[in-house]
Amino acid sequence: MATESKEYSMPDAASRAAQASEEFETEKLELSMGPSHPSTHGVLRLNLELDGEIIQKCDPVLGYLHRGDEKIAENMTYNQFVPYTDRLDYLAPLANNAIYAIAVEKLTGIEVPERCQAIRVLTSEMARISSHLLGLGAYTMDVGALTVFMITFTERENLYTLFEELTGARFTTSYSRIGGVTRDMPDGWMDRVLGFCDHFLPLLDDVESLLSRNRVFVDRTADIGIISKEDAIAYGLTGPNARASGLDLDLRRDAPYSGYEKYDFEVALGENGDCYDRYLVRMEEMRQSVRIIRQVIAQMPEGPYRAEDAKKIILPHKDKTLTSMEELIQNFMITTEGPQIPAGEVYFEGEAPKGALGFFIHSKGGGVPYRMKIRGPSFCNLSILPKLCVGVMVSDIPSILGSFDFVMGECDR
Amino acid sequence: MIAQDLLVALQGVSSEVAERESADWPSFNCPIDSLVAVLKVLRDNHGYDMLVDATGMDNGVDASPRFTVIYHLLSTANHVYVRVAADCADSENPVAPTVSGLWPGADWHEREAYDLLGITYENHPDMRRILMWDSYPHHPLRKDFPLAGHEDDLWDEEIREETGTKVIPAPMAGGPFVSKSSNFEAQKEPRAKDESWNEKKEKPEG
Repeated sequence: MATESKEYSMPDAASRAAQASEEFETEKLELSMGPSHPSTHGVLRLNLELDGEIIQKCDPVLGYLHRGDEKIAENMTYNQFVPYTDRLDYLAPLANNAIYAIAVEKLTGIEVPERCQAIRVLTSEMARISSHLLGLGAYTMDVGALTVFMITFTERENLYTLFEELTGARFTTSYSRIGGVTRDMPDGWMDRVLGFCDHFLPLLDDVESLLSRNRVFVDRTADIGIISKEDAIAYGLTGPNARASGLDLDLRRDAPYSGYEKYDFEVALGENGDCYDRYLVRMEEMRQSVRIIRQVIAQMPEGPYRAEDAKKIILPHKDKTLTSMEELIQNFMITTEGPQIPAGEVYFEGEAPKGALGFFIHSKGGGVPYRMKIRGPSFCNLSILPKLCVGVMVSDIPSILGSFDFVMGECDR
Repeated sequence: MIAQDLLVALQGVSSEVAERESADWPSFNCPIDSLVAVLKVLRDNHGYDMLVDATGMDNGVDASPRFTVIYHLLSTANHVYVRVAADCADSENPVAPTVSGLWPGADWHEREAYDLLGITYENHPDMRRILMWDSYPHHPLRKDFPLAGHEDDLWDEEIREETGTKVIPAPMAGGPFVSKSSNFEAQKEPRAKDESWNEKKEKPEG
């Protein structure tokens, strides 16, 4: 019996590739990530179309936290809306309050006293630190560095204790009102803020030493999610996300409000626009915020903390309301009719921790805005996701979302 | 100063561009058919390179024109803003041209205006709702939409059939209470802002 031998031949490269692609042909996979996924930081949902682990298409689904803030604003007085601004970027309510108050003040033409301005700057910068601390902690936790979260959350807790002392609330502060702030700073509070700063900076160095040269962290963030400067402008990115791409835009310096021009600080800029640069920019911003806080406290002017000519806007002091006729009438009018704001249109943007938070107010006079549009920085920042996520791995999504540091409260409004 | 120069430049694009009343930044009304051209000139020739906000507003149920689209541009070099507004021609089905060709970031802003105000943007790449669910029948920021909302079907058919529940109007208890600013004392009493029902008008069934 003769042995039969089969003839083997080596196919050429093209036919091998064709055979391989037939053998390993992948099916497109639809993956719905969120709305309750730990790395989507809230209720963002991404509808992903995957080829293996590579994202072919990303369709963010918003609206899970939509409360109709703009509709609500049209139905209540300007003062009543202040607590709603707490709930936009609920990680930095102090900054939102101040920006909303300044927007309405611009429409009214009120100048608030210097002390009020300084307090607003002080609280906004503290809010920035607290927001960046949470953003940084959650970001690093998503990419696997749990220790940082422990440190930053403890520090944020210290800040919240200070907020509570100042405003009476830890989370939803409603501190800045139209024409002033609710109350002056308590005795010795500024010293405790300085104490926090002294204690905070070395910890920030610790955090940096844990991350900046950490092989795992750098591998998971560097060259991931690169946004060019042109794209940042085209998609309306603002805040640290835009600055990480090298867009030199910081409204505190470029369109100063509330007396920001009096303080020296540097604007942190990135070069590559990747996740790692966004981390670096936030770290530097926290240092600069400490720098601003120290200058504000050193220069804190004495004087009133609410505007004299805002008598018909901001509620009078309670003790006066109960004893003086004039104040009682004021109190009644403001509560029932709302502050009388002149007709007109105003658009004001301030540098909130997440980016430029804008309020467009169209007033027809009276106590209620006719139309109020809130420009949430997270909304604009996230609008680049469909472009950014194409071609990246699924495992890079937590890095990208973490580095964006968005909050759905102001995205969905 | 800036406003005057811009006005002259924009009138070169369309003679109907006029100044719009504004408490802060230069602001212009422009006819809707030259809106894209005006914004393009602002972007290319005057350095307003970033679209920070695009929105719309409802001027009232009986107003004509009823809907206005409003754009805010920022110059990232000079840090000044400009506002451009254009009235939509049709009050029933307002239509505006899309600017997502000039700024891809306008995509979501326009979807939001479509969702909440019902302004359709022509040639928009992806004209879907963004905040409300896709099958939602109303446009909540329109002035004839009550604050409490309407009774509607749930978005998920399975849950709807299984549970028989609906989206119900919010329990407003008549509020929020605000009073009209008026010289007539009796009208200064705070009343429900939402007047779909009050002492004189029965609360609708359901």
